[in-house]
Formats: sequence, structure tokens, C-alpha cells
Amino acid sequence: MALAFYWVPDAPEEGFRQRIFYIHVPVALTAYACFGWAAWKGLRLLWTREQHHDLESYTAVHMGVIFGILTLVTGSIWARTSWGVWWSWGERQLVLFLILFLFYSAYFMLRYSTEPGPRRANMSAVYALFGVVLIPVSFLAIRLAEGLIHPVVFDRDVGENLATSQLLTFIVCFAGMLALAASLYTNELTGKRLDARLRELREALE
Amino acid sequence: MTSAEKYVTAAYLVVLGVVLLYVVIYAFKLSRLEREVAELAELAQQRKERKAA
Repeated sequence: MALAFYWVPDAPEEGFRQRIFYIHVPVALTAYACFGWAAWKGLRLLWTREQHHDLESYTAVHMGVIFGILTLVTGSIWARTSWGVWWSWGERQLVLFLILFLFYSAYFMLRYSTEPGPRRANMSAVYALFGVVLIPVSFLAIRLAEGLIHPVVFDRDVGENLATSQLLTFIVCFAGMLALAASLYTNELTGKRLDARLRELREALE
Repeated sequence: MTSAEKYVTAAYLVVLGVVLLYVVIYAFKLSRLEREVAELAELAQQRKERKAA
């Protein structure tokens, strides 16, 4: 945060408001990483039939949805200050991210509409795997869009688009966000495992 | 404070606020788990005493 506020210079076109980039983009990429991790764990469940992957996949989706909410909120704030609107339905990048977010939000409805067990684990894993298809589409939509107002920062000329200080700040912010997501994921997973163990223990004692 | 500065600060505060909220929720969850562990320990102790009697 200190680097984003005090070290990087103002961007030529965007000015001071470009500093939202150092929080919005890492949060969005972290959300993609969480959904990707959930899909990977779903694939591992289907491949190995080891049930512990189900809880890991579920926790990753949980984290992804939290980071997804943050992406939508920070993106909206950036849109308001850059474009003068909170949301633009004409932008494929935004709409596709919203679809991805809603898709993973519906994961919880699917999960809790079925009884716990291998069937629920398999269905959740397949759902998490389907969702991951939307990630590259959402990520590439910005480059495929025609009536583009969403800025493209990372393209082939990344060195020309970003100064060294901006790139370094971005990398630090992204690494920090991934570390935050990893620690939240580990804590959440430990909590959920502990919860499940306690439930088993209570059933055994009563 | 310019309007751009206000929006940038708001974006960072939102992220910070959500992380803080998550930590608070997690703290409540931890205290619930602690309570449950204490209850189960008591239950296990009662069982042990009943067996010994």
C-alpha cells in the first residue's frame, strides 16, 4: 500500500486514480487463482476419489467468491472515477467476470441442495471444473472486446506500458494478495476440518 | 482531498474492511469451536467417570 501511494508516479492519462490498479488487479487475479485451485482440487477428487479434496475445493471456491466480491467492488469504484459510471453492461470483461462470480456463487446452492457424501462431492467437483472454463474467456475478453473502455495494461509491450516502479509495485501487491489468500485459505480449511472432526467426535460420544 | 483521492482511498479501505470483517467472523468461529471442544472434553470426562464407577 505504501509503495502504491508514495513510490509510484501518477500515470500520464489516469493520474492519481490509477493507483486502484495495484489493489483491483491483484484481487481479480487472486480470485482467478482461487477458482483455478478449486477446479484443480475438483479434478484431483474425481481422479483419486480421495474425499479430502472436496473440502479443499469448496474452501477455494469460498475464498474465490470473497475475492470476486472485492474485484467487483474495487472495479466499480475505478469505473466510477475513470468513466463516471459504477457499471457498464457494454463491457464484456465486466459482464464475463460477473457471470463467473455468479456461477461460483451458485456453487453453494448446488452444494447445499444435496445430502453430504460422495455424490455431493462429485457434483461439486464437476461444477468447479466447468467454472474454470470461464476463467480464460473472462481473462481474454478484454483483448477480444471491440468497443473497449476497460484499460489493457498487460500486453506484449508490458515494459512500455508500465514503468519499473509500477511493475515492481504491482508484483509486490500481487504477491501480498496471494499470500493473504493462501493464509485465509489455510485458516478456513483448518477451521472446516476441525468442525467436521468435532462433529464426528460428538456423534461418537453421544 | 480530490475526488480521485477519495475513490482510491475508498477502494483500499473496502479491501481492508472485508479482510477485517473476515478476521472478526473467524474469531467468532474459533470461540465457538473452543466452546465445543470444552463441551466434548466434559462429555468425555463424564463418560470416563461413569465407566470407573
